[in-house]
Amino acid sequence: MGKFQLITKGLVKENPTFVLLLGMCPTLATTTSAINGMSMGLATMFVLILSNMAISAIAGLIPDKVRIPAYIVVIATFVTLLQFVMQAYTPAVYETLGLFIPLIVVNCIVLGRAEAFANKNSVIDSACDGIGIGLGFTLSLTVLGLVREILGSGSAFGFKFIPGDGVLCFVLAPGAFLVLGYLIVVFRKLTSKK
Amino acid sequence: MAVKSSFKNMVLCLLVICLVCSALLAGVYALTKAPIDAAAAAKTNNAIAQVVPDFDGEPVMSTVQVAGKDYTYYTVSKGGQVTGYAIQASSSGFGGALNVMVGMTADGEIFNTSVLSHSETPGLGAKCTEPAFADQFKGFNPFQKKLAVKKDGGDVDAITASTITSRAFCVALENAVAAYSEIAGAQVQECCGGCSGEGECCGCCKEEAGDGCCSSEDTCGQCAESAENVIE
Repeated sequence: MGKFQLITKGLVKENPTFVLLLGMCPTLATTTSAINGMSMGLATMFVLILSNMAISAIAGLIPDKVRIPAYIVVIATFVTLLQFVMQAYTPAVYETLGLFIPLIVVNCIVLGRAEAFANKNSVIDSACDGIGIGLGFTLSLTVLGLVREILGSGSAFGFKFIPGDGVLCFVLAPGAFLVLGYLIVVFRKLTSKK
Repeated sequence: MAVKSSFKNMVLCLLVICLVCSALLAGVYALTKAPIDAAAAAKTNNAIAQVVPDFDGEPVMSTVQVAGKDYTYYTVSKGGQVTGYAIQASSSGFGGALNVMVGMTADGEIFNTSVLSHSETPGLGAKCTEPAFADQFKGFNPFQKKLAVKKDGGDVDAITASTITSRAFCVALENAVAAYSEIAGAQVQECCGGCSGEGECCGCCKEEAGDGCCSSEDTCGQCAESAENVIE
């Protein structure tokens, strides 16, 4: 598989949100607006790329029985690094995402890619895989956040174009499930035609 | 690809990984500590500047205890004259703790408020941060008007469909006002020497004792100990 295909497969064929349905907790909780969804996606992508590369580099040295704890330590380290950096330089974003930053550690996408891809492939391929899956996750979260923001608050990326309130339900938790469900329907419909 | 597991290499491998990771984290922690502290301080200072009248110099942080709860507050002054206090108060809202920075002028009016953190419902209770609701507290005098929503017989317009949040906001402000009374009260009771032990004035006797405060030595000693609590 070429490098380009590695990246594109994360966007469509193995889209983590719409096809694999992985990492649902941050997906549903942080997508109250397009910006929030995108920030969460980018944060996860950052961790995913670095942890994929690191794990692929050290996979040959780790005894089989302790590979999961070893991976989790590596992932947790990158998440904590990210947390420090965000707290220092983008405190506003850090505050919005709050608890969900440390929870990237247990996001099954990250450990899933480490176990399913990174420990069997080269560092470069793993990086491409991280970029692909990360981009897929970021795009899905942004779209989900955008739809919820438009319906729920009448704005897009923070720019208000409908005065007053939208349909509040879409900003709240039930709206996340509804929008995600319909987006999966649309996504499946579009991809099945091929 | 994978190495065969033995007790020795498993322990060694995890030990090395943990050592490398903790060293890395320690390094980044040291690097980012200063910016993180600066960001937190900037946030507090912004909130203070927003809620109190014009001031010069640095806000002075102190704490006051009201009904068993500690309140952190910042005294600001201009040209040596105290112009206001920014009091951190909280109450429980609909979704969790509601933390508000309340600015009080030296005359006991609310100058402005700023929500530091909340977990209210987006689109409903979260509107407590918007000017439509928050601006009604600018210049609100809690000693003349009642800090309660109109439903409860007060003078505050509640947010539509968010009475619980509006009530919680009023409670937070009330707590701040109670803290303010404690702060300002201590100031009123300040004796000649600047002594006031736990809100109690120990009696003025300036002529007799010069810069001292009390005629009785016992009380005076008590005063001197708590003199640092006094707000100048």
